[in-house]
Amino acid sequence: MLSSHPPSRTMHPPERLTMSESTPLLALRGINKSFGVAHVLHDVDLAIYPGQVTALVGDNGAGKSTLVKCLAGIYPIDTGEYIFDGKPVSVHGPKDAGALGIEVVYQDLALCENLDIVENMFLGREKKSGIVLDETTTESKAREALTSLSVRTVKSVRQSVASLSGGQRQTVAIAKSVLWNSRVVLLDEPTAALGVAQTRQVLDLVRRLADSGVGVLLISHNLTDVFEVADRITALYLGRVAADVATKDVTSRQVVELITTGHSSDLDGAAAPSTTA
Amino acid sequence: MTDIITESEEAGFASDLTQSNTLGESVQAYISRVRGGDMGALPSVFGLVVLFIVFGFANDRFLSNLNMANLITQAGPIIILAMALVPVLLLGEIDLSAGVAGGVAACVMGVLMVEHDQPWGLAVLAALATGAVIGIVIGLIVAKLGIPSFVVTLAFFLGLQGVTLKLIGEGGSVRINQEVIAGIANNNMSVAAGWILAVAVIAAYAVLALLRHRRKVERGLQHQPFAVVVAQIVALGLVTLGVAFVLNQDRSVNPTFPIKGIPYVLPMIVVLLILWTFALGRTTWGRHVYAVGGNPEAARRAGISVDRIRISVFMACSTMAALSLIVQASVSGKVSSSSGAGNALLYAVGAAVIGGTSLFGGKGKARDAVTGGLVIATIANGLGLLNQASWINFVVTGGVLLLAASVDAISRRRRSATGI
Ligand SMILES: Nc1ncnc2c1ncn2[C@@H]1O[C@H](COP(=O)(O)OP(=O)(O)OP(=O)(O)O)[C@@H](O)[C@H]1O
Ligand SMILES: [Mg+2]
Repeated sequence: MLSSHPPSRTMHPPERLTMSESTPLLALRGINKSFGVAHVLHDVDLAIYPGQVTALVGDNGAGKSTLVKCLAGIYPIDTGEYIFDGKPVSVHGPKDAGALGIEVVYQDLALCENLDIVENMFLGREKKSGIVLDETTTESKAREALTSLSVRTVKSVRQSVASLSGGQRQTVAIAKSVLWNSRVVLLDEPTAALGVAQTRQVLDLVRRLADSGVGVLLISHNLTDVFEVADRITALYLGRVAADVATKDVTSRQVVELITTGHSSDLDGAAAPSTTA
Repeated sequence: MTDIITESEEAGFASDLTQSNTLGESVQAYISRVRGGDMGALPSVFGLVVLFIVFGFANDRFLSNLNMANLITQAGPIIILAMALVPVLLLGEIDLSAGVAGGVAACVMGVLMVEHDQPWGLAVLAALATGAVIGIVIGLIVAKLGIPSFVVTLAFFLGLQGVTLKLIGEGGSVRINQEVIAGIANNNMSVAAGWILAVAVIAAYAVLALLRHRRKVERGLQHQPFAVVVAQIVALGLVTLGVAFVLNQDRSVNPTFPIKGIPYVLPMIVVLLILWTFALGRTTWGRHVYAVGGNPEAARRAGISVDRIRISVFMACSTMAALSLIVQASVSGKVSSSSGAGNALLYAVGAAVIGGTSLFGGKGKARDAVTGGLVIATIANGLGLLNQASWINFVVTGGVLLLAASVDAISRRRRSATGI
C-alpha cells in the first residue's frame, strides 16, 4: 500500500539536524482505525521528529483528528505499531500519552466551562501540598504560561472558561500544552479561531517549541501557515497517507493536489508514495 | 519548557487583575454577577427572610425559642440528605433512592441495636456500610452500564422500600431509645460549651480567612478586597452568635424544668459542612467532581477516571443518606417501614436546588444544602404551626421545588448568555 519510511532513510532531513535528531521521536506504522463499519484510517504511517514541525494536512473528514486522538490514547488503535523513542509502546488512555510527554490541543478544545482558566490548565494534574490543592503555585504558573502567549484580552486567570471567546479558549488550551515538559505536542487546528495577532503568537510558539527540541505535529488548513513553520508535510487523503515530504521539496500547488486528489503527478516518486497500489 | 515561556518578548498578559479593587467595585461586580444569573445563596437567604416575616406574623409561636430549636432539629435530616445529594447533582445526575437507601441503613441500625442488642457504635457503622454498599452498586450500574441515573435510582427507590419492609415487617417500626442516638436531636450542649463552640467557630473561620487573604496578597494572586473578607467574617460571626444566643435561652414551657443549649445535631451539621466544603473545594477529588459535571469528555481527556469519580460520588451520597436517616430516627424516636420514603428525597433535592446547586451539573456548594434545607424546614415547620391540612404542605413544597428548579433553569440560561 505505502512504502514505509524507516527512520534511517528519511528522505530530506533538514541540513541543520544531526543524525540522531533524524530518528523520529514518535512513529506510527500501519495504523488502522474503524468506527463500526466506517474504516477511517488505512495503514497510516506517521513520523514526528524532535526539533521539527510536522504538518498534517488533508481535507475535511480525511481523518486528521482521528489520528490525533489515536496518538493521544482517546481512541484505541485497531492494528498497527505505536513507536516512541524507538521502542514500541502501548497507549491505552490519555494518562499513558501524558506519561510519555505527549501534549494535545484538540480541535474541539474540551475545556470545562464551569471551571476557571487555572483549574482547566491543571485539570488531571493538580498540584497538591499534602492532600490540599496548591492554588498558589498553579495560579502563578498558569499566569506565566498565558503571559508567554501574550493574552491581552483575558481579564483574569480566575475567570471561568464559560466567559471566554472561542479564540481565548483556544489560547488557554495551547497554554495548557506549554505548561508541561512535553516532548511531543500535537496541535489540531490551533489557529482556526484566532485573530491575526494571536495566530502570529501561536505560529511563533510552534516554532519556538520545535527549536527547543520538542516534536510538533501541526494540523492546519492554512497552507501559508504550514509552509511558514513546517519542516515536513504529511498529507492525508481519505484516511491514507498521500505523501510525506520535506516542506522545501514541494510547492503549495502540489500540496493542494495531494489534499484534493491524493496524488501529485509531478512530485518525485521517492517523496510521494503511490496511494493507488 | 520554562525557557520557551520566558522567551516571550513582552509580558502581554497585562490586563490581568490581581490587585484588590475597592469595596464599591466588588459590590458592583457582585450585583452584575447576580444579574447575569449567578445568584449563589441569594434566593435562599431572601426566601428565608420572607418566610420568617410571613410565619412570624401569622403565628406568634413561630419565633419562640422553643420553635427555633425545633426548626433546627427538623432541618437536620433534610440538610444532611441535601448535602448527600450535592455531589450527585454536581455530576448532573440524580439519586432518587437516597432517602430509602438511608431508610434501609437506619433499619439495619435499629434492628441491630434493638433485636440483636449490639452496641450503638457497631450498629451505626453497619448502617453507614450498608449505605456505602448500596451507593457502590448504584454507581457501578450508572458508570459501567451507562443507564441514566434517573432510571437506576428509581428502580432502587422501589426495590429498597421492599428491603425495609422485609427487615422491619409490614407497618412495623423499631423504637430508638438508645441514649446516644436519641440524644443527637433531643439532648443539648451545656450553655457554656455552646458559647465556647460558637466563639471557636468564628475564631477559626476568621484566622483561616485572614491567613488565606494575606498569603494571596503576598504571592500576588487574585484575591478579594480586604473589606469583603472582613465583611464575611462579621456576617458569619453575627449569625453564629445570634443562633447560639437564641438556643442558649430557656425554651421550656414548664418553668421548673428549664431546657436550654444547642442541640447536638447542630455541631454535627457544622462538622459535616466543613468536611464537605473541604472535600469539594480543596481536594483533587472535589475538583474532578466539578470537572466531570462540567464536561465529562474534557475530564476523560485530562486523564481523570470518570467512572471512578461517578462511583465514589454515589457511594458518598448513600453513606451520607444513611447518616441523615439515623438523625431522622433520633428526631422521630423510631425507624419505620416508611423511613426515607414519602417526601424526604424531594425535600432534599428542593433544599439543594433552592440553596443554589444546579440540576444541570457543575455548579453548587455544600453550604447550599444548609441554606436551602433551612428554607424547606421552615416551610414545613411554619405550615405545621398553622395547623394546615397536610395536602397544603405537599402542594406548597412541590410548588417551591418547581420554583427553585425554574430559577435554576432561567439563571442558567442567563449565565450562558452573559458568560459568567
Ligand atoms: N467517533 C466517531 N464515530 C464514527 N465516525 C467518526 C468518529 N469520529 C470521526 N468519524 C469519521 O471519521 C472521518 C474522519 O474524521 P476526522 O474528524 O478525523 O476528520 P478531520 O480530518 O479531522 O476533518 P476536519 O478537517 O474537518 O477536522 C469522518 O468521516 C468522520 O465522519
Ligand atoms: Mg479535525
